[in-house]
Amino acid sequence: MNFSENHNLIIVLPLLVPMLTGIICLLFWWRQKFQKGIHLVGGVLTLIASLILFYNVWENGMIVSTIGSWPVPFGIVYAADLLSATLVLLTGIVGFCVGIYALVDIDNERKKFGFFILYHFLIFGVNGAFLTGDIFNLYVWFEVMLISSFVLLALGSEKAQLEGAIKYVTINLVSSVLFLTAVGMLYGMAGSLNMADLALIVPLLEHQGLVTLIGILFIISFGIKAALFPLFFWLPASYHTPPSSVSAIFAGLLTKVGVYALLRTFSMIFIFDQDYTHEILIVLAGATMLAGIMGAFTQPDLRRLFAFLVVSHIGYLVMGIGLMTSLALTGAFFYLIHDILIKTNMFMLSGMVRRMGGSNLMSQVGGLYKARPYFALLFGVIILSLAGIPPLSGFWGKLILIKAALDEGAFGIAAVALITGFLTLYVVMKVWIDLFWKSQPVDELFKAPDEYTLLPMASKMALVTPVIILTLLSLGIGFGAEHVLALSERIASQIIDPMYYIEHVNGLSK
Amino acid sequence: MEVLMAILIGGLYAGGLYMMLRRSMVKMLIGLLILSSAANLLIFVINGLERGRPPIIDEHAMALSGQYADPLPQALILTAIVISFGVQAFAIILIKKVYQKTGTDDLDQLRSTDTF
Repeated sequence: MNFSENHNLIIVLPLLVPMLTGIICLLFWWRQKFQKGIHLVGGVLTLIASLILFYNVWENGMIVSTIGSWPVPFGIVYAADLLSATLVLLTGIVGFCVGIYALVDIDNERKKFGFFILYHFLIFGVNGAFLTGDIFNLYVWFEVMLISSFVLLALGSEKAQLEGAIKYVTINLVSSVLFLTAVGMLYGMAGSLNMADLALIVPLLEHQGLVTLIGILFIISFGIKAALFPLFFWLPASYHTPPSSVSAIFAGLLTKVGVYALLRTFSMIFIFDQDYTHEILIVLAGATMLAGIMGAFTQPDLRRLFAFLVVSHIGYLVMGIGLMTSLALTGAFFYLIHDILIKTNMFMLSGMVRRMGGSNLMSQVGGLYKARPYFALLFGVIILSLAGIPPLSGFWGKLILIKAALDEGAFGIAAVALITGFLTLYVVMKVWIDLFWKSQPVDELFKAPDEYTLLPMASKMALVTPVIILTLLSLGIGFGAEHVLALSERIASQIIDPMYYIEHVNGLSK
Repeated sequence: MEVLMAILIGGLYAGGLYMMLRRSMVKMLIGLLILSSAANLLIFVINGLERGRPPIIDEHAMALSGQYADPLPQALILTAIVISFGVQAFAIILIKKVYQKTGTDDLDQLRSTDTF
């Protein structure tokens, strides 16, 4: 193995670039034009940095870097296996696309109060959480991410935003305290914070019952962040309040960081009481799917409805973690790749609907098909991908997950996953018909103006291009499923055998 | 001493959670403060309390021997305290803003984003 200085830089780049972008933006606080330019360049550079990382990990295997050259179990270690690298790459893509969209979507008032700075610090936190190999450091990255998201959510200080922010902030702080408690207890028992080291120590501990208890604390804490079944109510209460670009980046990334943390800990550290912990995860996954989709039935607000769909589809990912077979993990990773792109795209679309129809309330909008047939097609493709109509991207992940569940004899969760799929199709078709086929419900005189038509051409392009990029990527996942499947299989083979991660992290100290 | 601390920490967790379940926003915030202090104290005592035994390796030894004060939890709480300080400062400002906008301190009144 080759751990040259060069490698160290590669893994740190996806962190350094957004951090520096944020800081440089901060230096130009009074110069809006400069901030915009730096923001765009930063987005492109972050994407390039994550591409370099992904390429290197794909070609040469896992990259590990010790910060400050402390030997492994003692210092903080950054480790990028294929899962981390893929997620960092997706963060780069989503961050770049939403970055362009936000140029037009975010109003000047918010830009003036540091939107761009916070945006890059959010990406910084997300990438850090994906790359760290130290469980306390994971807590710190969660906080970096959370505090940026708090401010992004409340920025603008509209009444609804502040009400949503109170719920979001409180419940996430409770989750952080629980996480900290769990980390403290784990350290007290195992005497280490390095995840690879913990994976070796924890199975040898005397009190396995207590380990399971700590595992449950982690489920609660990460479950809040990932919006698992009984703990998801903060999400639909807050995600529809900020501007669409903020909702888009939240929906695409933040809950997935929770899922990632759950996956990391429950595939490496807490794997010796699977009958108990992973059974709980499966039950929670099923409940999340059903509760989320049933919540989506009656929502009159497009973005609230989408927020419930975010909750519902977290269930599929957690189902893969709960089953913990090679095939199930393959399905979960396939679904994860698809889900990050599609959820971001959906919230960006909701912003466009608001511009075109004047509202996000479905009772106020209608007849968009007549005015914008191509937009209707785009919208249709994206929501059908979400529902999982065969050649589109959502189908393959669901197929693999359900097959994995059937192979394991977990018929209950397979049935729930299928039912949720059907109900999703019902919900998204209802949305599509409401927005596009139903006649315009408001009298022409009182109708909100079509802001979209009034925008200059460049602004229109800035709104449409990111949506089209993400749609093409989703279509690519659907039609090129073979390649994404190969990627997912490789990730799953690395995760199912935790020794891969452990050996690479510890190999450095030899 | 550890037993006393355990009781204290348990009491703080319970008190913090109780305060968080109150309807007033300010009480909720106080609950949050107590809760994070409880978590910090928990980490502080997690490896036992030691007095006057710094983690310094003897001149002739290769590793620490016997009981010593574990330096890592202290580093952890230092980080955690700084983070919770920042987050709580934000939460206080947020609550002030919410109060200015909605004119109420009662969490039950803040329902407009949950209902329709």
